[in-house]
Amino acid sequence: MDNNRRTFLKIAGISAALGLSGGIPLSLQAYTPADVEYVPTKGQITGKRWGMVIDTRKFTKPEDFQRVIEACHQTHNVPDIQGNEEIKWIWTDHFEQVFPSSSNPYLAERYEQQDFLLLCNHCNNPPCVRVCPTKATFQRADGIIMMDFHRCIGCRYCMAGCPYGSRSFNFSDPKPYVQNLNPDFPARMRGVVEKCTFCAARLEQGQMPACVEASNGGLIFGDLSDPDSEIRKVLRENFTVRRKVELGTNPCVFYIV
Amino acid sequence: MYDSGKILTGLIIFLLLITFPFWYNLGQASYEPPDLVLPEDSQQCIEPTQWMRTNHMELLNTWRDMSVREGLTTFVSTSGESMEISLQKTCMDCHTDKVNFCDECHNKAAVSPYCWDCHIAPEEVANGQ
Repeated sequence: MDNNRRTFLKIAGISAALGLSGGIPLSLQAYTPADVEYVPTKGQITGKRWGMVIDTRKFTKPEDFQRVIEACHQTHNVPDIQGNEEIKWIWTDHFEQVFPSSSNPYLAERYEQQDFLLLCNHCNNPPCVRVCPTKATFQRADGIIMMDFHRCIGCRYCMAGCPYGSRSFNFSDPKPYVQNLNPDFPARMRGVVEKCTFCAARLEQGQMPACVEASNGGLIFGDLSDPDSEIRKVLRENFTVRRKVELGTNPCVFYIV
Repeated sequence: MYDSGKILTGLIIFLLLITFPFWYNLGQASYEPPDLVLPEDSQQCIEPTQWMRTNHMELLNTWRDMSVREGLTTFVSTSGESMEISLQKTCMDCHTDKVNFCDECHNKAAVSPYCWDCHIAPEEVANGQ
């Protein structure tokens, strides 16, 4: 056979045409939805800067704390692990631990014996977000400091950065330690850090945070940027303190003491 | 031509080796798609089945980013239907049988996604785990 440029081009053209004709029906089958949309859920509670007031006068008995902590931990599948592998989203501690710089000798008996509710402060200037190398911890436009568990590599820089101890690390698989799995919220896996998310998932469904609902008015959640909101009214009428403000993190959880 | 014998032998050995997967599998059973248990009470997935089969992983990835990072929690499909972006509440609401649906294909294709390390499959709830 006389192989010259002309016959080569002929054969190449024919085989390309054959190849294409096999490919066309396939590529027509492959269909990409171009007109799908991602929108916020209707009825979502929105705000510009979320904050919380903890009215410590309403938390006197152990049951008051227990109710709130259980509501949170049940909603978010927080495991119940004792010892130094403990996982906590909302918990209690004594005055001198909560307000180390305001703790004086001869403290009023009421404060000395009372427990205080602690949770992530959702700071305006969050050190955890600054140090996270993978942006697994990030701040949303409405101020909530969110965890993206998919991205967390478990380096625990955020735990070192957080001055409030608000973050817990999953040293082992937490699932066996969850009593009643809530199927509407994911659990976590070994090797990720977790913390309170101000119930971002519940706000998107139009519900208030679980702890606020269970608190019987002891916790007030609202939009700090809105001067007419309930939380601003409470802040106007009561003297409040925040934890470790001298560190410059600008926490958004206020305590009425 | 020098060493043509060696070169040709080498070429033949090379061709045999590189085509090993093809002739090794000759005469063996061809690939059978796994026998899936499809949801009984729903006829159609959120997008056409063929598309979901090829692209569900990319859709889930986008869902994850939109929901977790962008705060956009509703998905409007090409048919105009709105649904909540949630693996557990939307996907697993119809596909209640993870073992006979998800796992069948994933095992056959030797793919092990880590979704279930955290997300809770319906049978786990049924078993009270």
